[in-house]
Amino acid sequence: MAGRRSLWDRLSLDPWLMLMLLLLLAGGLVVLYSASGQRMATVIAQTSRLGVALAAMGIIAQLTPRTLMRWTPLVYGLTLAMLVAVEIMGDIGMGAQRWLVIPGLMRFQPSELMKLAMPMMVATYLARRHLPPSFADLGVCALIMAAPVILIARQPDLGTALLVACAGMFVVLLAGLTWRFILFLGVLIGGALPLLWFTMHNYQRQRVLTFLHPESDPLGAGWNIIQSTTALGSGGIWGKGWLQGTQSQLEFLPERHTDFIVAVLGEEFGLFGMLLVLCLYLLIVMRGLWLANQAQDSFGRLLAGSIILTFFIYVFVNVGMVSGILPVVGVPLPLVSYGGTSSVTLLAGFGILMAIYAHHRRRSSR
Amino acid sequence: MPRPRHTLKNAHQEMQLIRVRSWVAALAVLVLIGVLASRLVYLQVMQHDVYITRSEKNRVRVEPLPPTRGLIFDRRGELLAENRPTYNLTLVRERADDLDATLELLAELLELPEKEIEAFRQRSRQRQRPYQPALLMSDLDARQIARLAVNRYRLPGVEVEGQLLRYYPDPEIMSHALGFVGRINTDELERLDSGNYAGTHFIGKTGVERFYEDALHGKAGLRKIETNARGRVLRELERSDPVPGQDLTLTLDKRMQQLAVDLLGGRRGSIVAIEPATGDILAMVSTPGFDSNQFVTGISVANYRELQDDIDLPLFNRATRGHYPPGSTIKPFMAIAGLSEGRITPRTTIRDPGYYQLPNDSRRYRNWLRWGHGRVDLERALEVSNNTYFYSLAHELGIDGISRQLRRFGFGERVAEDIYGESPGLLPSREWKRGRFDMPWYPGETLSAGIGQGYWQITPLQLASATALLANRGHRVPPHLAARVGDKEVRMDRTKIEPDIELADAGWWQDVIDGMEAVLSGREGTARRSGQGLKYRMAGKSGTAQVFSLGKDEKYNAEELAERLRDHALFMAFAPVEDPQIAVAVIVENAGGGSSHAAHLARAMTDKWLLDFKHLPRLQRAGNDNTSVTTQKTPGGVEG
Repeated sequence: MAGRRSLWDRLSLDPWLMLMLLLLLAGGLVVLYSASGQRMATVIAQTSRLGVALAAMGIIAQLTPRTLMRWTPLVYGLTLAMLVAVEIMGDIGMGAQRWLVIPGLMRFQPSELMKLAMPMMVATYLARRHLPPSFADLGVCALIMAAPVILIARQPDLGTALLVACAGMFVVLLAGLTWRFILFLGVLIGGALPLLWFTMHNYQRQRVLTFLHPESDPLGAGWNIIQSTTALGSGGIWGKGWLQGTQSQLEFLPERHTDFIVAVLGEEFGLFGMLLVLCLYLLIVMRGLWLANQAQDSFGRLLAGSIILTFFIYVFVNVGMVSGILPVVGVPLPLVSYGGTSSVTLLAGFGILMAIYAHHRRRSSR
Repeated sequence: MPRPRHTLKNAHQEMQLIRVRSWVAALAVLVLIGVLASRLVYLQVMQHDVYITRSEKNRVRVEPLPPTRGLIFDRRGELLAENRPTYNLTLVRERADDLDATLELLAELLELPEKEIEAFRQRSRQRQRPYQPALLMSDLDARQIARLAVNRYRLPGVEVEGQLLRYYPDPEIMSHALGFVGRINTDELERLDSGNYAGTHFIGKTGVERFYEDALHGKAGLRKIETNARGRVLRELERSDPVPGQDLTLTLDKRMQQLAVDLLGGRRGSIVAIEPATGDILAMVSTPGFDSNQFVTGISVANYRELQDDIDLPLFNRATRGHYPPGSTIKPFMAIAGLSEGRITPRTTIRDPGYYQLPNDSRRYRNWLRWGHGRVDLERALEVSNNTYFYSLAHELGIDGISRQLRRFGFGERVAEDIYGESPGLLPSREWKRGRFDMPWYPGETLSAGIGQGYWQITPLQLASATALLANRGHRVPPHLAARVGDKEVRMDRTKIEPDIELADAGWWQDVIDGMEAVLSGREGTARRSGQGLKYRMAGKSGTAQVFSLGKDEKYNAEELAERLRDHALFMAFAPVEDPQIAVAVIVENAGGGSSHAAHLARAMTDKWLLDFKHLPRLQRAGNDNTSVTTQKTPGGVEG
């Protein structure tokens, strides 16, 4: 019988992770105010969305890993069905077919839900096998991953497809895929990249070309990269000050409150602000990995690890894209960029993480 | 390394495995964060200077403020060149919701023909950077502007922009004298001060517009503005106002220009009138003219070709660039040359049998009157335009004497102060012929030169200028077109002017002028018909310029010749003789004899100036003595 259980314990929330997440969210709102052109309405809208997302996190945190595992095939199956539905009858917006409209209720993006359903499914499958997985196990995992990834890629939403694939891959990697196989996979992917070129849409090819030579199209697609690196670079060490970024305040930055919000951050708060935020992300990831390792079983460890690593991939891809070392793919900066869906998914993921950890502790402390 | 299957799940071993993997993952995360951090250090520390400049350039734009071009007035303050506001249609593509629909609506509103719509679409596609307006159409009319204004709400991204455009109210009569402005071309772009012309689209191409370009243009101002990415001006950081171009007042009188054009009546020709005392050019006309307004916005290729291919050469400024043999109009100057060189006196006479023969030469150089004028002195030689007298004088002077003396009247040189593109004409001389043809000068050619034929090439402006010099009795005042630039009088720099022509006996001037007066008033005067009913004393000289040379003893018959091979008619005159107020040169191409066709034009010009406009004081000149506000002195005996 351990002593008095803290409020955090009773709520199954990890205080350290909560603290860092709230710091990040608060900082994000400060940057958003500037990035939205000082529109308070945008900040209020985002705050209320974050409230909903935090509530979702809190609720999910109350579930037990056993429940999660039990529901996983259903969640995965339903999400996959929805992706098929999107393929057949999805709402077309902005040249892509990503949304499912539930009449009178909402527009819904099933690929977003798959970001969680995918690692859950793979972890559920592998947790019942011997680790490291056998070749046949890997084949099943590949099937679990391939169906949704192909469906999402066809929408087309290559960015999300890759991230969903990553989420699944992380589970497999953590489960002990042999290093030799990892190497083989790396070579395979490297070799397949040129093939990928032929399956890409023109606008996607354009993005890659523009990434390689932003100056070749300074007024079109290259504009974003040139403007965002200019914003970052001109920020210097200490930045131009909050609301003082000329690149962002004068609307030179495109999508400055969504995918390119990092440029606003870097321009107004400089290297100092950027490193502060990167540190925060690093601490969240490290805490997440630590929590994952405290999990009671393989399922928890695999799922939690995958969730936190996927979260990091978001950070890396977004900052890499805005600072010009990765091609522009539509990936928001987690928990800072404006937008509801991704915040809900991400915080739901943290909910799962905490559920896994809290369950372990509660049991072991009994 | 393959592990045995079908064994019990080893929870501890699995935990170890995942833990190792987590460590590896954590390491990878650290490495990747390091990659991002070093990229940020590179951008924000090492490349900071580059990007700070770039971001500064991004937002701060220096925008030139073009000055407004100075206006041009005639001597009486009549507007000759003004700036008219015109309206252009521009489109910012990014702001148009549906580009095709917008263009369609515009085409409908502006009632554009199919051909223009395509050009329109093409222009809408070109741009330099995002949110930059593209010019769709220039010079909208009031109706179009009104239609656009009413439909504004349906046309996002469409703007009507105002611009000042040069406009010439009387292009047909002023085209050659004024010149015109046109769009700056690439050549001009290279030699222009790019700062001062940054916002200017037009520049003087010819005439006064070109010569006084600097004064008319003014000084550009600039403003530093902060813009957003759409190019919208957010605030002005710095401003220096442009200095507008100075207004130009010309010496020309629009009414005299009009009269000259009317007199020429659509024929090819030129009239130049000068006020001898001041050098003011009162009229300078070359016909046919053209519509200079066409050139301002850019003349269409078809229209330009039409002008260029016109056999009457409307674009050619005959007054300043037209080359004509002076014919007999050269005789008064030859007379001055002879007096000056001491070859003749006013009382020298010759006997004219109808021809002149060089010593030891059988060839006869004919007078225009086959049977000759008998005994001829200087005055009568001018009155009847006797060739024999001037053959003889030419022979006495020799070509060297002729070219030396006639150069002093401005032949073979540019005479005006401020005329763009003036031609120097051609004064024949031994050296010139040697240089041009590598041939010696033949004595016969001297005789031709003596009556203004042969190699001679003068411009109407030169002839008018020389006439004014004669009227002034050798006092030089260079002709000029500008009276005032801004508020400042245009002052002739007297030190640069060659000394006045001085004769041993100043009375000789009058002797030559008497001969010229007889041309109009004498019993035998070649222009006596034009001199009928003169209310003032007028001196003149007719001239006929051969377009081609007749063969020896060939008879000239104007009717049989194609119109364009006929002689040019010339006349030069000034009046009143005792106080010259106007000197005129008239050239009518292919009109036949000078006396009949050109003289009455000159008479009409002097009549108008002296009788109809005589009450007008001379153009006020600050600093000069203004005592010469003259009223016409009517010479005795011509009253009636």
